Amino acid sequence: MERKKGYTFLEHTADAYIAAYGKDLAEAFENAAVAMFDVMTTVEKVSPQVEDSVEVSGEDEHALLYNWLEELLVKAEVEGMLYSKFKILELTRDNGAFRLKARIWGEKFSPEKHVQKVGVKAITYHQMEIIRDKDKATVKFILDI
Amino acid sequence: MGEEGESRPPSEKVPLEKVNDYTWRIPKYKPGMRVPGIVFANKELLEKMQTDRTLEQCANVAHLPGIYKYSITLPDGHEGYGFPIGGVAATDYEEGVISPGGVGYDINCGVRLLITNMMVQDIKPKLVELANAIFDNVPCGLGSRRKDFKVTIHDLDRLVMEGVQWAIDQGLGWDEDAEHCEERGCMKNANPDKVSTNAKNRGLTQIGTLGSGNHFLEIQKVDKIYDEKTAKAFGVEHEGQITVMIHCGSRGYGHQICSDYLRVMERAVHKYKIVLPDRELACAPGTSNEAEDYYEAMACAVNYAFVNRQAIMHWVRQSFQQVFKQDPEKFGLKLLYDVAHNIAKIETHRVNGEQKKVWVHRKGATRAFPPEHPEIPTDYRSLGQPVIIPGSMGTSSWLLVGTLKAMEISFGSTAHGAGRMLSRAAAKRRFFGGDVRRSLEQRGIAVRAASAVVLAEEADPAYKNVDIVADVSHKVGIATKVARLVPLAVVKG
Repeated sequence: MERKKGYTFLEHTADAYIAAYGKDLAEAFENAAVAMFDVMTTVEKVSPQVEDSVEVSGEDEHALLYNWLEELLVKAEVEGMLYSKFKILELTRDNGAFRLKARIWGEKFSPEKHVQKVGVKAITYHQMEIIRDKDKATVKFILDI
Repeated sequence: MGEEGESRPPSEKVPLEKVNDYTWRIPKYKPGMRVPGIVFANKELLEKMQTDRTLEQCANVAHLPGIYKYSITLPDGHEGYGFPIGGVAATDYEEGVISPGGVGYDINCGVRLLITNMMVQDIKPKLVELANAIFDNVPCGLGSRRKDFKVTIHDLDRLVMEGVQWAIDQGLGWDEDAEHCEERGCMKNANPDKVSTNAKNRGLTQIGTLGSGNHFLEIQKVDKIYDEKTAKAFGVEHEGQITVMIHCGSRGYGHQICSDYLRVMERAVHKYKIVLPDRELACAPGTSNEAEDYYEAMACAVNYAFVNRQAIMHWVRQSFQQVFKQDPEKFGLKLLYDVAHNIAKIETHRVNGEQKKVWVHRKGATRAFPPEHPEIPTDYRSLGQPVIIPGSMGTSSWLLVGTLKAMEISFGSTAHGAGRMLSRAAAKRRFFGGDVRRSLEQRGIAVRAASAVVLAEEADPAYKNVDIVADVSHKVGIATKVARLVPLAVVKG
């Protein structure tokens, strides 16, 4: 098992199965984002030079995780960026909809500087889990690659 | 989680009845199964399927409303999302459903094969130079693209409506190329109004790129010819003859269309009160607006992938020209065929003695139409449709031909590849990119790869043996062997 700071890659035959941890859901979501970029590149080599912000919503926590990761994936691909640092400023529930606001940092992808790993095709709901304990949150999900 | 083991929910015990050495039946053991399952595999492949949820997923697919005959798992079948990868499901056009999960994220992931008139000895002295030229000319891996090939959002909408012909009109190909593609390189029902802005934006940055993961481009030689007459008609005349294989799909454009429509279908399942054993079989009735919208969007991704492979093929032809300093026509470099591996189609099949209009879902499956089928290019029609099965990196690939048997028992379909054996994580623990490269090079195979990680993850022992997959297809008779191809150079993302 490959253990890194806030996340672990679990076994899966075809794709990337990730468990991300945090003291609360927001931190687990941040680590989930780092893990996704770790699938694509050596994330430590991505310097947090450019700042951007992201807002997503979802009908439940699963959808919120899905939409958060999808937003980052689409943004990275469309803008030719890689991101390495994530700060969730707000994670709220109002009128049944879950929302989050975040600041994200990264830099333009450069084949000379950044290690190329595997492109992520999509986030999936397959075996997605959100587990909350007293002072800890874990999210598990699979990326189709 | 053991070092070698795979951690996943254990498969429920799926009952199997042996029909013959290569055919197994899953009886209707769950009350919701509308039809049985059929698995085409030898004992070895079957045992591998029993270690994950492949067979359970085959049984789950048999729950789809309107499904005909049986849910089919092919010899390369392995666990997917909802649907196994390496499977076929046909549902009634009106009473049945269409499901994006039955096509998959990489819509029209597929393969095209070019045939040259060169022999191994003609290419060997320039092999490395040629692999380098292709690696430079064809964008591979994360974020790479050609500076001289940019499309606007308006071009994108046109290219997904016109398919391969659009590329030919842009000078990316020869007039005869379209005829040698499944659907002649264009599904006519494509409607870009049904595609999200996110999908279009992802598609814009990735058109004309190979991608990463299991996608590859190979210079190969014909290793062995099994069916001389058919091989000759396909242009494969000699052992040692050079071929080029391109394996890729619809990139972020198709991935996003699948993601978007999985959500639409989740809502449709509630709206139409469809009962399913797995959320990822989400689908909509064939005659609903949701089905029509998905089918029109899917067709856009199908055409995008045809154009993608067409553009890449053009740059391969240019690479030959650069290296050998002569017009590419001089080397043949004809498109033998381009075929989809992830697709849904409206087709007519004989079911219980009647001609039925059906939705055929091929997820990790190759169409394998028989001789005289009108969908086959005229120059091949008397023999059957070429079926192209790529192996994994460094192993053989196969050229087969479609059969009447496939129409009778597998809705005109056969296997599509090797199928993974080891997880990517397990492959990375066992192999290092550098070692994989050296081992390929020791076997005389030149390697150009954008990523060492991908090399390790795609090491060939991580896959099932494609020769066995082709063999089972041949013995069952759903596509028979024409020629075996082996790589001389591999270009990977």
